[in-house]
Amino acid sequence: MNVNTAFSAGRLTLYLSGELDHHAAREAARTIDELLDEYLPRDCAVDMSGLSFMDSSGIAVLVRISRRLRDVGGRVWIENPSGQPRRVIDASGIDRLVPVAAGR
Amino acid sequence: MNAINYIKLEFPSLSCNEAFARTAAAAFAAHLDPTLEELGDVKTAVSEAVTNCIVHAYPDAVGRIGLRLRILHDGQLEIAVRDWGCGIEDVEQAMKPLYTTGGDERGGMGFTIMESFMDRLRVRSRPGKGTTVVMLRTIRSRRKRA
Ligand SMILES: Nc1ncnc2c1ncn2[C@@H]1O[C@H](COP(=O)(O)OP(=O)(O)OP(=O)(O)O)[C@@H](O)[C@H]1O
Ligand SMILES: [Mg+2]
Repeated sequence: MNVNTAFSAGRLTLYLSGELDHHAAREAARTIDELLDEYLPRDCAVDMSGLSFMDSSGIAVLVRISRRLRDVGGRVWIENPSGQPRRVIDASGIDRLVPVAAGR
Repeated sequence: MNAINYIKLEFPSLSCNEAFARTAAAAFAAHLDPTLEELGDVKTAVSEAVTNCIVHAYPDAVGRIGLRLRILHDGQLEIAVRDWGCGIEDVEQAMKPLYTTGGDERGGMGFTIMESFMDRLRVRSRPGKGTTVVMLRTIRSRRKRA
């Protein structure tokens, strides 16, 4: 599990790659917390194009990001989910809380 | 029910075994010539069930987890995940979407995901004795499908 970032104009993009399960989630959540503290973004995009696996532990990470951004009046959305992560997003209904951006 | 083929694994409830368990399950399910999507579904369901044993069944200890996969007739894959942990008081309530005893770190979506990715999900549990989750999924061979 890896988290890379890009930041511009108040928007932080988190590029997730690898497998986001319970084993990886604790460290991922800590890394993301630190990034949010460091950049204090207004908006946050979670790019999943490099994510090969995610389960409900990944859903919990998304909920956590959304809670933190909501506290400061910001927005969060998901970009480029595909394959297995996309199916988990659909099955869980997380897109009602963290929307999936229309493909660009 | 007679199984055509099966595997049985046992491992301690360490989170590093989550990836091992779902990868082993996918490797076994490959006998049925599944699609990539079907393999992803098997991996997801195993990951959810095994994570529940690690997080909920043995919250403060390392315990045993059993994983058994069987290929039944007509391309049916049966997945059984078993623990000897704390058990579930009210299974019906535990299976409801968003129900969790895991606090902030969990969303209560595990059983919902297992249910939507598998054809059948059965949960048997006895408080203080442990929990067994049995899932069924029919996998149609790609060759026969073509
Ligand atoms: N093997 C188990 N042993 C004991 N309790 C369990 C077990 N599996 C599930 N539970 C109970 O059922 C509840 C619901 O499980 P479910 O997987 O749906 O959600 P969760 O694990 O709490 O959250 P998520 O899976 O979204 O991270 C758990 O919170 C726990 O109370
Ligand atoms: Mg769970």
